[in-house]
Amino acid sequence: MKREGGNRFVLPALALLSVITIYPILYVIYLSAHRKLLIFNISRFIGFENYQFLLRDDRFWNALKNTFYFTGVSVSLEVFLGLCIAILLNRPFRGKGLARAVMLIPWAIPTVVSARMWEWMYNTDFGLLNYLLGIKINWLGSPFWALNAAIFMDVWKTTPFVAILLIAGLQVIPGELYQAARVDGAGSWQIFRKITMPLLRPAILIVLLFRTLDAFRVFDAIYVLTGGGPANTTETLSVYAYKVLFQTLQFGYGSTLSVVVFLCVGIMSIVYINLLSRDRRI
Amino acid sequence: MANISLQGVKKSFKNSVVIKGLDLVINKGEFFTFVGPSGCGKSTLLNMIAGLEDVTDGNIYFDDILVNNLTPRERDVAMVFQSYALYPHMTVYENIAFPLRMKKVGRQTIDRDVNRVAQLLGLADLLDRKPKELSGGQRQRVALGRAIIRKPKVFLMDEPLSNLDARLRIDMRTELKRLHQELRITTVYVTHDQEEAMSLSDRIAVIYQGEIQQCGSSYDIYTKPENTFVGGFIGIPPMNFMHGTVAGTNPFRMEVNGLILSPQVGRLPSRSRVIAGVRPEDITVSYNKMEESLEVIVRIIEPAGSYNWVDVEWNTMRVKGKASVISSLSAGRKAFMKIPVGKMLIFDADSGERL
Amino acid sequence: MCGDYEYCLYKPSEQGQANMRRAGFYILLLLVCIYCAGPLIWQFITSLKPDSELTKIPPLFTGSPTMIHYLSIFKGHPFLRIILNSAVVASSTTLFSLMIGSLCAFGLAKLRIRYKALILGFILSVSMFPPIATVSPLYIIIRALDLRDTWWALIITYTTFSLPLSVWILTNFFKEIPDEIYLSSRVDGCTPFQAFYRIILPLSAPAFLTTAILVFIFSWNEFLFALTFTSTTASRTIPVAVALFPGLHEIPWGDIAAASIIVTIPLVVLVFVFQRRITEGLTSGAVKG
Repeated sequence: MKREGGNRFVLPALALLSVITIYPILYVIYLSAHRKLLIFNISRFIGFENYQFLLRDDRFWNALKNTFYFTGVSVSLEVFLGLCIAILLNRPFRGKGLARAVMLIPWAIPTVVSARMWEWMYNTDFGLLNYLLGIKINWLGSPFWALNAAIFMDVWKTTPFVAILLIAGLQVIPGELYQAARVDGAGSWQIFRKITMPLLRPAILIVLLFRTLDAFRVFDAIYVLTGGGPANTTETLSVYAYKVLFQTLQFGYGSTLSVVVFLCVGIMSIVYINLLSRDRRI
Repeated sequence: MANISLQGVKKSFKNSVVIKGLDLVINKGEFFTFVGPSGCGKSTLLNMIAGLEDVTDGNIYFDDILVNNLTPRERDVAMVFQSYALYPHMTVYENIAFPLRMKKVGRQTIDRDVNRVAQLLGLADLLDRKPKELSGGQRQRVALGRAIIRKPKVFLMDEPLSNLDARLRIDMRTELKRLHQELRITTVYVTHDQEEAMSLSDRIAVIYQGEIQQCGSSYDIYTKPENTFVGGFIGIPPMNFMHGTVAGTNPFRMEVNGLILSPQVGRLPSRSRVIAGVRPEDITVSYNKMEESLEVIVRIIEPAGSYNWVDVEWNTMRVKGKASVISSLSAGRKAFMKIPVGKMLIFDADSGERL
Repeated sequence: MCGDYEYCLYKPSEQGQANMRRAGFYILLLLVCIYCAGPLIWQFITSLKPDSELTKIPPLFTGSPTMIHYLSIFKGHPFLRIILNSAVVASSTTLFSLMIGSLCAFGLAKLRIRYKALILGFILSVSMFPPIATVSPLYIIIRALDLRDTWWALIITYTTFSLPLSVWILTNFFKEIPDEIYLSSRVDGCTPFQAFYRIILPLSAPAFLTTAILVFIFSWNEFLFALTFTSTTASRTIPVAVALFPGLHEIPWGDIAAASIIVTIPLVVLVFVFQRRITEGLTSGAVKG
């Protein structure tokens, strides 16, 4: 069927994607090699200078460290807790739909709104958290606690979502496998290790992939909750790049930071996809 | 009504050749069937005639018009798929009317034609129903209705009866034959069921591994198969094949399982090994000794209604034959088998071709 | 009973323990629900407290609930306009995303296209792009086209970034429609496009609904691009408004709480009505392969 014209159907999507994503990526790489101050119409090609500056930029390394810490702790907690909840809740029960709806609420609320919600709960003097715990910690103002507070909020937001995805993954595992294992004399822990985990592995990997990328790219939560403070202790790469771009208007260096974020995310994606395709022979 | 001519038609996917250089002429108004085992390429052939698959090489002509680059609609073909492919969201009426709506035919004409077709196929009461409310046989008839309403030049059918249960299949076979006799549209039919092919078709092409093994009427293919594949594929139960060696060339004599026979052959085999083919229905098995019969041991008896199929062991060779129902045969006991040399087909063991 | 993971682990003699486990299960379920909905409920309570009670300790329920914050956000700030902006942007994005995405998905699912796997891979990879990486050049482009502070800047951006989601869900769905139905319509005389809107579309209502919900939620909640491309209430969307809530001396927690509740009500409604679809959409392909 030569004259099917299939390409026509795919063209609008591809065109839009190329213009709004490919072209900007190329442009960003181009910008990263310039010194460009937006409003003042200064634009000068400086090659790798921005990158050299980046390597010596303490604030960049700080942001990188914060980002890795945020991602590592956040994703581990989410997946671990999500897995526990998924396993414990994986059974038919009355009101399953209602429970699922409630569990989707943290996911559905804009991150910004939940950040403000938690900001109020974290309030030193009048917040709910300090009251319930009976202490008076300045959660968002303390260099030690601030990043962890942000992590906790992110965990709150996404754990139920992870749980829902993993429950779906668990339900694909045929019940007969458990029966057969039980008949063969396997105990609960063995069943979990030898049957559940291997079969759940692809779902876990996918969840890990998306959550890691999302956590690494985090912006909304940090920007609203702490703005990167106090003293840059919660500043992640995206937040730092944003500030450089839109507060100092250095579009050259800001682009350099953006490119670094893009590269990190790219590398992580490739690693995960490799792990995944070995599992599923994509 | 069109005649179809395939010249040097070849089809390959990536690196594998599915159809190897095929030449064929299908006559106007003929019911022509491609029959063969799964994967032999017959559905691909049908799709190429329909215009749903491109031809890698070669040409297809409808009435001397080259159709290679024409869409199915432009070729004026209609097709019935194995799964019927009815539009689930439309009623029976709308399904049958669909091709005419695509042609922008007037509403009154559509109404008239749909009702006529529905009458022809016994669907008049079902016009308001949706496909999921219909039985398999009813859905099949809707698919047929949708195909014939356009009065196409060529009618294509890809295993349309395979999804029906056995009894319904036989009934629908008769329906199809009746339709063909009435409408006389050139029909190209694909099936893996050789019995279906034999009963429906004017001519059959047996396809195996992308090539036509033999093309001819049901009778020709049944009585004069050109190679062991066709011989073994056509006919239920399958032909008995017995290996033997040449014992003499002038006149031709062969030795099979200790027996010397002198069957008629058209030519001599290239080497010394031959295969003798005899259909089970030509072999008689009896409790009593017959003229020129061989002593055998009964192994398995399969009742088939008015006669029995009997698997016997003849000097360690297994042969299937036919026995009357009244005979007092029992498994493990002695019996007698008669093989008519006149009905024997001799094949060259190396090439598989008939001699 | 034994399609059920937990129960299959019990021997019949342990049924008594099983009942205790069941009680434990419901307690856990309750805890999880409190965990999920708690903060929102707290915010709701906060929104009803008069200003004086906001700073009261212990910060618990209020004895005298008031609607003053809800009124204030509409009178004091042009919140209605902000909601309108979000509604227009989200709806338009959903519409365009469905249109462009479904055409693309149809091509990928049913038609003969070269490099299909590559195209799908590319589209999916876009979902992994960090938005911060594209924000600076897009800002320059939008500024050059004089689209700053307009709905279009957001609509075009959101449509593009929602395409991976639309295309993924719809491609999977279209693939499940038997090929023969499409081929049959071609034989009956349809062009591919006619087959698309006469046959495929009518059969796809559920998938379209699911996709629409997910794209709408994505668009409603997006922050980074909205923050960058909008500067006044002419086009500012809800997330930006909530983040930048103006406060002269102190932060108006009551007003913010009220705004939060108003903003989340449609989302909560959507979630409760469509929880099954949303779950199916999110897990389609990802978990089941």
